[in-house]
Amino acid sequence: MHLLRKVGFYVIALWAALTVNFIIPRLMPGDPVSLLIAKLGQRGPVTPEARASIEVLLGTDTDQPLLAQYVDYLGNLATGDLGLSVSYFPAPVTSIIGQTLPWTIGLIGLATVISFLLGIGLGTVAGWKRGSWLDNLIPVTTMFQSVPYFWLALILLFVFGSVWPVFPLNGGYDIYDTVPGWNAEFIGSVLYYGTLPALTIIISSVGGWMLGMRNMMVSTLSEDYLLTAEAKGLRPGRVMRTYAARNAILPSISGFAISLGFVVAGSIVTEAVFSYPGIGSALLQAVGSNDYALMQGIFLVITLSVLGANLLVDLLYSVIDPRTRART
Amino acid sequence: MALTTQAAEPVGGAGGFLAGSAPQRARRRRLGLPPMTAKLAAGLIISGAILLFGLLGPFVVQDPTRVDDIGLTGPSSAHLMGTTQTGQDVLAQLAYATRGSLTIGAIVGVLTLLLSGFFGVVGAYAGGWVDEFFSLFTNIMLVIPGLPLVIVISSYVPDKSLLLVALVLSLTGWAGSARVLRGYTLSLRNRDYVLASRVAGEKRWRILAVEILPNLIPLLASQMVFAVIFAILGEAGLSYLGLGASGSISWGTMLYYAQNGLALRLGAWWWFVPPGLLLALFGAALSLINFSIDEIINPKLRNQTRAARRGWLMSRKQLETAKEATL
Repeated sequence: MHLLRKVGFYVIALWAALTVNFIIPRLMPGDPVSLLIAKLGQRGPVTPEARASIEVLLGTDTDQPLLAQYVDYLGNLATGDLGLSVSYFPAPVTSIIGQTLPWTIGLIGLATVISFLLGIGLGTVAGWKRGSWLDNLIPVTTMFQSVPYFWLALILLFVFGSVWPVFPLNGGYDIYDTVPGWNAEFIGSVLYYGTLPALTIIISSVGGWMLGMRNMMVSTLSEDYLLTAEAKGLRPGRVMRTYAARNAILPSISGFAISLGFVVAGSIVTEAVFSYPGIGSALLQAVGSNDYALMQGIFLVITLSVLGANLLVDLLYSVIDPRTRART
Repeated sequence: MALTTQAAEPVGGAGGFLAGSAPQRARRRRLGLPPMTAKLAAGLIISGAILLFGLLGPFVVQDPTRVDDIGLTGPSSAHLMGTTQTGQDVLAQLAYATRGSLTIGAIVGVLTLLLSGFFGVVGAYAGGWVDEFFSLFTNIMLVIPGLPLVIVISSYVPDKSLLLVALVLSLTGWAGSARVLRGYTLSLRNRDYVLASRVAGEKRWRILAVEILPNLIPLLASQMVFAVIFAILGEAGLSYLGLGASGSISWGTMLYYAQNGLALRLGAWWWFVPPGLLLALFGAALSLINFSIDEIINPKLRNQTRAARRGWLMSRKQLETAKEATL
């Protein structure tokens, strides 16, 4: 029952996202379709099918009722047809998303997981040893958090890219000396190029996790069952990990689900700063060249991945916290 | 009268080391204000200084868009913070940018407060299907990623006003705090004093406005501070990507022009460091204020409670002697 409710929520959220994606181009002033088709026409011949699919995606001035347009739109999505891209003509939108998405998930996903684990670990220790040097470090890390992310990235790029060139200035891998594929040089190059972007993400986000975890630890530590555990003479490490941290981590995990949305948002800026070949760069490219089909497609994919990740975390949550299962 | 004791109750007993004399402390407590700690003082001073700079600065400095043929120069007596690559005074730009960013923050802060208050508090208080629907709507807004939505919307509108950017930012940013408010309201509405006033026959809107809202004020304040930080950072990010309000000057647009003017490559630190630094300082100052508000909401975070708890813990030496004694 609980599971059904959860899945039901995500189905509704998915429908809402699709509908938002359907409505936005139709609500906005101007005629994106003719603009897009004019642009496509400059690049090469536009087949009637391509034209029809773009009209379905973005809406037209035809007197077809909105409901019929909506049904057509959902039908197109179901077959995976997201239209053609202008900026990467004549590639279909889906193939561009397929090329760029792995980069984003690899960089942003990994960096977020590392930052989460690091923040939770440090926050646990800081909350456990209140008043220690680590605890006093928290205001410093929150200071880092209020630093605008892209500015921190710019400064780090300035220091480690220009002043003291340890890391490359931009890109996702060495495009001259390596060949994309499963070979050691390419993977090494990807890791090398990804280090600085990942580092900036970790530095700017670890403070939030640390603070949240530390505050929950402090709250949990004043519970009676911890006093009991300590009085029983359990080892401090055991009390900290299995008694305090396990309960204190719960809000952080639900926070993790919510933050995934911000992670994707942050990825757009990250990729803009580092010219990383991910989905955020593709979105900005699409915005810059009024490539509405690509833009809508990317927005859809971003929303879908955030929804999917949220669903995963939600399911995980009911495994970790049995109380959420028992309630229904 | 029952109301004042309720509102003041969470503040009672928290005496910071800067709390001042006893009657002063009592007055702050009666007004429901947080105790004046070093954190709060620092936050208020920094944010106040930036606020003053944004309010009064533009009256003192020269025209921020005036182009000069001196080009990119470092700080000097004529231009205290140097000039941009077209010879515009950085200090003047900074003053106007501060005003622009703070304006966005204020508008979005208020709009977010209204939206989240409506969907969070009213929904939770009304209960039933209203609550179900409001919370479903909130959760959906929460999982739809904000910045991509903002980017998509703003790319369709070529000429954006400041107000439109603020509106879009608040539409995508209210859901998180609505959820927090909902949780807290749910726990408030089932407390005994609310039930008692319901039994006493108070009207529903009166219970909401007089019994529940005053207890939500600290939470509303902290959520609004968050909303302001979120808005200023969001606008800065949007402007940095070149998608901000057209014709406006904010910290984000300054950074956008600095990036495009190759300030990083040319080492023009006086151009790209100040706007970011002000952003960071303002954000940090607001977080410091929020820490103090948090200590009202969650008394367990207070220093005094912690000190008391620390007194209960055995030192390592005591533990060892206790262990030896039992063995």
